[in-house]
Amino acid sequence: MATNFLGDTAVLTGRTMRHVTRSFDTIITTAVTPIAIMVMFVYVFGGAIDTGSVKYVSYMLPGVLLITIASGISYTAFRLFTDLKSGIFERFQSMPIARSGVLWGHVLTSLVANAISLVLVIGVALLIGFRSSADLLAWLGVAGILLLFTLALTWLAVIPGLTASSIEGASAFSYPLIFLPFISSAFVPTQTMPGPVRAFAEHQPVTSIVDTIRNLFTGQPVGNGVWTALAWCVGILVVAYAFAVSAYRRKIS
Amino acid sequence: MSNPPTTTQQAAEPAIRVQDLAKSYKELHVLRGVSFEVARGGIFALLGSNGAGKTTVVRILATLLKADAGTARVHGFDVATRPADVRESISLTGQFAAVDEILSGRENLILVARLRHLPEPGKIADGLLRRFSLTEAGGRRVATYSGGMRRRLDIAMSMIGNPPVIFLDEPTTGLDPQARIEVWQAVKELAGGGTTVLLTTQYLEEAEQLADRIAILHEGRIIVDGTLAELRRLLPPAQVEYVEKQPSLEDVFFAVVGRTGPDGSAHDLLTTSNEQ
Repeated sequence: MATNFLGDTAVLTGRTMRHVTRSFDTIITTAVTPIAIMVMFVYVFGGAIDTGSVKYVSYMLPGVLLITIASGISYTAFRLFTDLKSGIFERFQSMPIARSGVLWGHVLTSLVANAISLVLVIGVALLIGFRSSADLLAWLGVAGILLLFTLALTWLAVIPGLTASSIEGASAFSYPLIFLPFISSAFVPTQTMPGPVRAFAEHQPVTSIVDTIRNLFTGQPVGNGVWTALAWCVGILVVAYAFAVSAYRRKIS
Repeated sequence: MSNPPTTTQQAAEPAIRVQDLAKSYKELHVLRGVSFEVARGGIFALLGSNGAGKTTVVRILATLLKADAGTARVHGFDVATRPADVRESISLTGQFAAVDEILSGRENLILVARLRHLPEPGKIADGLLRRFSLTEAGGRRVATYSGGMRRRLDIAMSMIGNPPVIFLDEPTTGLDPQARIEVWQAVKELAGGGTTVLLTTQYLEEAEQLADRIAILHEGRIIVDGTLAELRRLLPPAQVEYVEKQPSLEDVFFAVVGRTGPDGSAHDLLTTSNEQ
């Protein structure tokens, strides 16, 4: 059964990966919005924001990376929703396969597609002046956190993908996630924000994740913030996974 | 691997045995005690109007939905207690052709062959493409296929691994007459190989054309079940009347587009007389 699961998941991941590579525009669209935000902040607002000794593009890149993931996972919900509507989901469920492989195929595809988008965004950041003093270990740390965050949000995306009644509903859930970095330390230091906003900004998941990635990029010690960041990622992952699996169980009765 | 071992007990059992199946969605009683049996081999049509519960029966038999009451056995396996064995024994072709639009026809077939863990999936795909006259279109994305081609591909996908029982849920709904005949030929092809086919349809003509036995599902119950000849005997004997034979619109359609009718005869008389 275990070998079936791995084999079937590999076949089904291959299928969804083809969906991504054959509509490569979805990867471009995922990367374009964060790149536009990045360029606008760097060349328009950035001059007016005091980030101390850190170059502004380097300061805000972690936030832009999280926006990239938040918009990328909406395509996962979209692809899953389309599978359900087209009937191919039921075809797979009526076949002698490891049934959960259908979901895992979508999840693994989401990880790969988002990784490609993230590389594109980092590439553009390098072109417009992003520099990092991070060593290999720190880069691996950044990659690990981004992967974990993508995994957590992907399972979150599975929920509307399985339960939405319209294509708009399946992808609309990602809008608040895209805006969350704006009310965090991602673009502006939180010290200038009024009390309640600042309190929210400093205690929402994005700030701890952004601060950790920024510290890794600039070669600073990550301190206790990394545990807060990891706790948020794992927490979101566990809760989203539980709801996604229960939605899935209801779907296949 | 593709065909689960058949024990003598299974061989004695009908391909499908459904007893007192009930299913409700809140206040809506979709199935109120459905019972029928499908013998091995041949085509069994479940006939009913929209909303009669045909798809619900198929979804329960395909282990996609649990019944509230009653039992169902497919190929000797209970759908509730041995769903994995049932899934080894069946193939489902959905009401809305469940094919992958972004993949090519050939890739769709290979995908199913891989999921059924069969050796040489490419060879299986090429064989089926040939059999269903899709070889030329095999490399194209399914999104470019006509409705008839799509259903043919769908049926070809169901045949992979030779499952002993195939469910065809409204295989011709929404198809034009030409495509419908293509699908009928594909279904006959399927049953010719000894597979048991459970077909649901709302078209009387389709049941008449294809099925060895017909059951009529109405308001959640099977109200008649028998061969076409048996069903005909339910009505008073036919009276002989002399009626001038007018070509049906279907005859005209096929004559004008220059294809053959459902019975395979060419309707070229009409075109010749028009030319003179």
